[in-house]
Amino acid sequence: MDSKHSDHDSEPVAMPLAVKILVAGGFGVGKTTMVGAVSEIRPLRTEEMLTSQSVGVDDVSGVESKKTTTVAMDFGRITIRDGLVLYLFGTPGQDRFWYMWDELALGALGAVVLADTRRLADCFPSVDYFERRRLPFIVAVNCFEGAQQYQGDEVRTALDLDPHVPVLMCDVRRRESGKRALITLVEHVIREKSAAIA
Amino acid sequence: MPSDEWIDDDAGPLVRPYAVTRGRTRPGRGDFDLIAIIVTTPGEPPTLRAAGPEHQRILELCRNPLSVAEICSEMDLALGVVRILLDDLDSADLIVVRRPAPVTQLPSERVLKEVIDGLEAL
Repeated sequence: MDSKHSDHDSEPVAMPLAVKILVAGGFGVGKTTMVGAVSEIRPLRTEEMLTSQSVGVDDVSGVESKKTTTVAMDFGRITIRDGLVLYLFGTPGQDRFWYMWDELALGALGAVVLADTRRLADCFPSVDYFERRRLPFIVAVNCFEGAQQYQGDEVRTALDLDPHVPVLMCDVRRRESGKRALITLVEHVIREKSAAIA
Repeated sequence: MPSDEWIDDDAGPLVRPYAVTRGRTRPGRGDFDLIAIIVTTPGEPPTLRAAGPEHQRILELCRNPLSVAEICSEMDLALGVVRILLDDLDSADLIVVRRPAPVTQLPSERVLKEVIDGLEAL
């Protein structure tokens, strides 16, 4: 980073350190619900406007004029301690907003990919994205009522995941369950980090 | 949606989003990550030339440290717009910015373990 940037780090202001985790997965899988269940604030929304030029070309074929699209990202906050804050960002619902995914993934600790066994293919793009970016991720299978229950290994096989990627069952509406998923992810991040050093 | 049904929110905002930046779409310098933390420079703030009400609002909001994402949400402005406003304020030394750790340098294992402890305590 350019050292001439005015970070003013030396000034006597108590500035918390912020870290972020992404919550990804297909549309309607419960990303915002999970963010809300563990966040200390109700989920907030950040929006960014993209012109058609930044959006996937296949989606704008035939569109004559440049059109603005709004991408929404819901996020929550957990104060870990004084001076350390964790932000959780739900990735945009439509997977075509890769531009925003790059923005979100930059500097993230890792990602929780939510999967719905009735529509498992919906999380393929997320899994693919984090694998390619080498961002540590886990898969949390949201156990919707009425959906057939699967074992973690069945989901792992169906998603063709590396054996070291944790897979767990969860209920995104429950704080305890969301907490478990986040803790599993951070533990996975620590293991990946030490594996990279070794 | 058929275009003749563009009413209310579908019709778009009443003020075009980049009007508050006087048409600028890119910050002059710097980059403001979604989780960069912003705080208003303590003490009597110098006056910012051409400061708009949005600049003032950010300075008020950031008396307590706030992330860029939270500023966007509070002000109901797009990220790109807020980044330009923050750049103006940064150039005038009216805010202090704490940028997150560079990508190549993940938080230490100690910080990660603190995150786990913090989550356990939720």
